[in-house]
Amino acid sequence: MADLRTNFAGIESPNPFWLASGPPTNTYVQVAKAFDAGWGGAVWKTIGDPIINVFSRYGSVDLGATRMMGFNNIELISDRPIADNLKEIAEVKRNYPKHAIIASLMVESKREVWHDIVKRTQDTGADGIELNFGCPHGMSERGMGSAVGQVPDYTCQIVEWVKEVATIPVIVKLTPNVTDITYIARAAVKGGADALSLINTINSIVSVDLDTFAPAPSVGGKSSHGGYCGPAVKPIALHLVSAVAKDPQVKVPVSGIGGISTWRDAAEFVALGAGSLQVCTAVMHYGFRIVEDLIDGLSNWMDERGHRTLADVRGRALANVAKWEELDLNYHALARIDQDKCIKCELCWTACEDGAHQAIRRLPRDNGGPVVEIIEEACVGCNLCALVCPVQGCITMEQVPNDFASVTWKEYAAGKGKLAPRSEQFHTATWSKSR
Amino acid sequence: MPEPSDAQLAENFADIAPALTPDFALLEANTCLFCHDAPCTIACPTHIDVPAFIKKIATGNLRGSARVILEANPFGHSCARACPVEVLCEGACVLNDRDEQPIKIALLQRHATDHVLARKLQLFEAGKPTGKKVAIVGAGPAGLSCARDLRRSGHAVTVFEAKPQPGGLNTYGIAEYKLKADVALAEVQDILDLGVELKLGVTVESLEPLLDEYDAVFVGVGLGKTKGLGIPGEDLEGVVDALTFIEHLKTHPYRQTRVGKRVVVIGAGNTAIDAVTQAKRLGAEQSTIVYRRGEDDMPCYDYEYELAKRDGCSFRFHASPKRIVGNGRVEGLEVERPDKSRETIPCDMVIVAIGQGARTDLAVPSGNPKLFVGGDCANGGAEIVNAAAEGVAAARKIHELLGGNRR
Repeated sequence: MADLRTNFAGIESPNPFWLASGPPTNTYVQVAKAFDAGWGGAVWKTIGDPIINVFSRYGSVDLGATRMMGFNNIELISDRPIADNLKEIAEVKRNYPKHAIIASLMVESKREVWHDIVKRTQDTGADGIELNFGCPHGMSERGMGSAVGQVPDYTCQIVEWVKEVATIPVIVKLTPNVTDITYIARAAVKGGADALSLINTINSIVSVDLDTFAPAPSVGGKSSHGGYCGPAVKPIALHLVSAVAKDPQVKVPVSGIGGISTWRDAAEFVALGAGSLQVCTAVMHYGFRIVEDLIDGLSNWMDERGHRTLADVRGRALANVAKWEELDLNYHALARIDQDKCIKCELCWTACEDGAHQAIRRLPRDNGGPVVEIIEEACVGCNLCALVCPVQGCITMEQVPNDFASVTWKEYAAGKGKLAPRSEQFHTATWSKSR
Repeated sequence: MPEPSDAQLAENFADIAPALTPDFALLEANTCLFCHDAPCTIACPTHIDVPAFIKKIATGNLRGSARVILEANPFGHSCARACPVEVLCEGACVLNDRDEQPIKIALLQRHATDHVLARKLQLFEAGKPTGKKVAIVGAGPAGLSCARDLRRSGHAVTVFEAKPQPGGLNTYGIAEYKLKADVALAEVQDILDLGVELKLGVTVESLEPLLDEYDAVFVGVGLGKTKGLGIPGEDLEGVVDALTFIEHLKTHPYRQTRVGKRVVVIGAGNTAIDAVTQAKRLGAEQSTIVYRRGEDDMPCYDYEYELAKRDGCSFRFHASPKRIVGNGRVEGLEVERPDKSRETIPCDMVIVAIGQGARTDLAVPSGNPKLFVGGDCANGGAEIVNAAAEGVAAARKIHELLGGNRR
């Protein structure tokens, strides 16, 4: 079995799967249960001066019959006394010494207040501190959370204060609600951050009740924008994790957060540079038990591919994340339809005809043979047909080799390299009845 | 075996395919691929735009979904319950080719139409009066489909029906566990509410006066009586034709329909299955199909055969009825085997289900441009959906005849 042991900025855990700071990490009982279930670490629900929450805190987006493909919340940080939280963190650490326990902190932007909370936290024996500079709702109105994380100078300043007294690793959790997250990441590193974690939730309104016109989650008919998360945000998180992990000025470990629900998601985050993985929404949906398949699936995949440790996988996809101008213009591909697998739904035709390049021809249904075929001279290899096809392996994209060397836009625009010939029909769709 | 209790009878005749829950409907609707040029739509005689109505279920637009269904097929609700979808839309579903179950189109169709029936939502309105009037003979699915679209075009419509209730076989002849009379009548009422004049208990004996008085006449009178066996003993007490048996069952409290302890049904079509299963469900100890040919020759649909087997009915193949024996009452059915040997199957009730003949009591002259026919009397006996398709098509032709533009 693959070795999943993790050392993230000096914080050790038996596997890379940590519970992200949130409702599942609110109490000793939950975190202990999670560790018993197999979680490698937990970032405690953010501690600060206890707040008062509203009733009705979560909203979600369903996709068809699939529940909660997107999720948001307007819950604030912990509403429990700081002392209670710290006492339970100490208890967890005492009873689960090999697991990673990290305290998430958010207090007023005052040096002495930060010094005090960091010192008290370290007394618990916690393995690390995560600074919540990302929470986008409620706390940001009070000058905390993303109000800090959206301003590089504030971010740097508070990290510096924390590092003045910190004796354990400090992770800075970043908000995606900025134009370029790398600026904030660099500021955190400049302030002395030992690691970064991202993404926190995204500003959102998940829905509006069409009977009452109340946005969700409705608090007596009103709502406020909340933090969006869940499977829907994974692509955004993957991009931002890769952007930070690739940035030559960052160079600190990155903990990946955002829509991780399966071992595949986890492996993708690791391949884009994540050193540990934080999960919240999937646990809120299905419970702590999901960690079993996260571990099992990741291990099986690593074993099958011959990856012994996470270090073998980490960042492996980063080199392949390029600028558009670095992509090869002479890589040509075409869609191929396996007619034996085709079930004749014609979704590919509809999508290509209306939404892409009119490169699929319809054939009469009553002939008993194929009903769709690729018009190769019109196919730009865009992938859309393969994406909409409901049969696995029926439409594949195949490279069409040519004798031309690779040429990127950067090179071509500079007058270097030669473009392989392209079909005239790319720009001249001919409309006929056969379509 | 004791007689079934009222509760047992109610269970025996409950909907064979219960309505989908909203959650299941949403799941199923979202499983539909939304095919282009969809084979399900092509397979439906009324060409309901199946992907369109299913997509509307997925978006929560049930009223719009029902409208798509009923626009194409005024009897979309009863078809959802009684159509042989296995050989029509669901049989054509592309998911069959992915080694999967097809989309439950019939149940989704019922889900959408239940929504409007339960709320008595009228989705259509009568057209501006044209001053033209059309007579329709027969208030079955063909006649009333024709009536609905004529009313939408603004023509005055009078429907003549010999029976005391409208709906034709929907009201009187569909197996009780598929479609109950009150449901059939509720569906009919939506059509009548468009302003159709309905004359019940009126037997039209000649079309000539109607052709003189009306601008057009549509005939949808269905088939004639069940064919006779032409064997001795047919007049014994305890011999009944399938349609009479089923009609009695559907128009009376269950207990009032007499059923034997040992019932023999002669014939192996879909009506024979309806008879043999309902006799069993009424409490017959044995309910047996007797058929002169073999299992593979049975004209009923495969799924109907499966249903009868599940119901515990028996089958006697290669048994050709020769004589019904009994002293005043049925005591047995004498059959001949292929080797010419004979055997008497003991029974106390014989249900004859060997098909209906054509109507002989109403002369339908050919060549009159004002006269249109549709439904079972034109197609020789088919499904509700065929009758609806033919009624709708006739309405379109009549509308054109009366100078209207195509809608």
